Amino acid sequence: MSQEHFEPRLIGFLCNWCSYTGADLAGTARMIYAPNIRIIRVMCTGRVDPQFVLKAFHEGADGVLISGCHPGDCHYQEGNYKAMRRHKLLSKVLGQFGIEKERFRLEWVSASEGTKFQQVCNEFTEQIRRLGPLNLNGNRGEHHE
Amino acid sequence: MSDLKPKVAFYWCSSCGGCEESIVDLAEDILKVVAAVDIVFWPVALDFKKKDVEAMPDKSIAVSFINGGIRMSEQEEMAQLLRRKSQIVVAHGACAHLGGIPGLANFWNKSTVFDKVYHTTVSTDNAKGTEPQPKTSLDGYELTLSEFWDTVHPLDDIIDVDYYLPGCAPHRDLIINAVTAILEGKLPPKGSVLAPNKSCCDDCERNDSKPDKLQIKEIKRPYEVLLDPKTCFLAQGVICMGPATRGGCGERCINGNMPCRGCMGPTDQVHDQGAKFLSAFASILDANDEKDVERLVDSIVDPAGTFYRFSLPSSILKRKKLEAVK
Repeated sequence: MSQEHFEPRLIGFLCNWCSYTGADLAGTARMIYAPNIRIIRVMCTGRVDPQFVLKAFHEGADGVLISGCHPGDCHYQEGNYKAMRRHKLLSKVLGQFGIEKERFRLEWVSASEGTKFQQVCNEFTEQIRRLGPLNLNGNRGEHHE
Repeated sequence: MSDLKPKVAFYWCSSCGGCEESIVDLAEDILKVVAAVDIVFWPVALDFKKKDVEAMPDKSIAVSFINGGIRMSEQEEMAQLLRRKSQIVVAHGACAHLGGIPGLANFWNKSTVFDKVYHTTVSTDNAKGTEPQPKTSLDGYELTLSEFWDTVHPLDDIIDVDYYLPGCAPHRDLIINAVTAILEGKLPPKGSVLAPNKSCCDDCERNDSKPDKLQIKEIKRPYEVLLDPKTCFLAQGVICMGPATRGGCGERCINGNMPCRGCMGPTDQVHDQGAKFLSAFASILDANDEKDVERLVDSIVDPAGTFYRFSLPSSILKRKKLEAVK
């Protein structure tokens, strides 16, 4: 895929209580934003197993977004704090795997922040467009893949 | 007489030899094994050649125990040959099971590994800068060597594997149980890991010392702290892979006052041991402020190498992105 025609493939794990509702608000308010993100609703960002993120990258995502309630607002008290710690640690590990930390993003979007969701999607899409395709597949050694 | 006994083969690929040692370490019990089976191939101990295996009818070996990861063409060829000749193939030990310690080379590639080994280590004396080549001409002869790959693979990337005997090296009880099960034909479903499906913490004697809410304020490496021999390592701020690692290893490390390093691999429910440990470990870091979290994360010297110490080639990502290796 040439850089010019590259459309980033993004996966977004959105928590049910804040960010998914925020995304829904962006939709019902007919805000226009980049269509590159594929949203997966989870009950809480604390539910996002790092294996999900790795699987997304492995199966062709160019970027992964985790979005949840602002600190202090978690429906389950501390799920978003756990997500934040996992995000920091996993970002470092992804770097060791040769995956730029810019490809893995954590954002706080509340149920009323449709505009912020719109902004995040647009920014993230443009950021990944500039970075180019991750192209993990086809880069796993010359044998047996 | 020997034709009546089940035939058994042992082979080693990219490994240290510890798994071969684990067979010898069966001590007197090895005599029972030897009495019950006919060992037809075991390069490290007995003088059989590849051509002897090639001459055997297909499926004539009852079981082949193959240890080591696969990172060279010769290993691939031998694994495929033994697969053809065997009814059952057991991935013996962490390297065949998960890729193991040699699998950490998947953070590098062939050229960076060669550069280190044949050029830049202090002990290397290689004035001509010679590197192994798959083909070399010498005095009119063409000599060949096995080809070295960029990527280390667990055995089941290369051939169909029936059972996995985990551990670095597998505990003697696991080996005895596996051999007994095979001899008696009481085998679990194909693809099983021949060890209990519970975490290392489950059996750990230190489990009771774990506080109700584990919280790590500061991460320490084992050499930086005088480790209490009775207290949970995580409660002491030391990275212990126990929560994300399969038990049944005999807890030799824990009993030696060293934290679990994860050689038994994940339990059946988990695909990626490193990611699962990362998840558990991050959740017990005692920090809610971004700066504090960063400070704690920065204090882990090599998280990927630590969490994937034995399982990198069998993880979801399998290796560092090749283009990113410098």
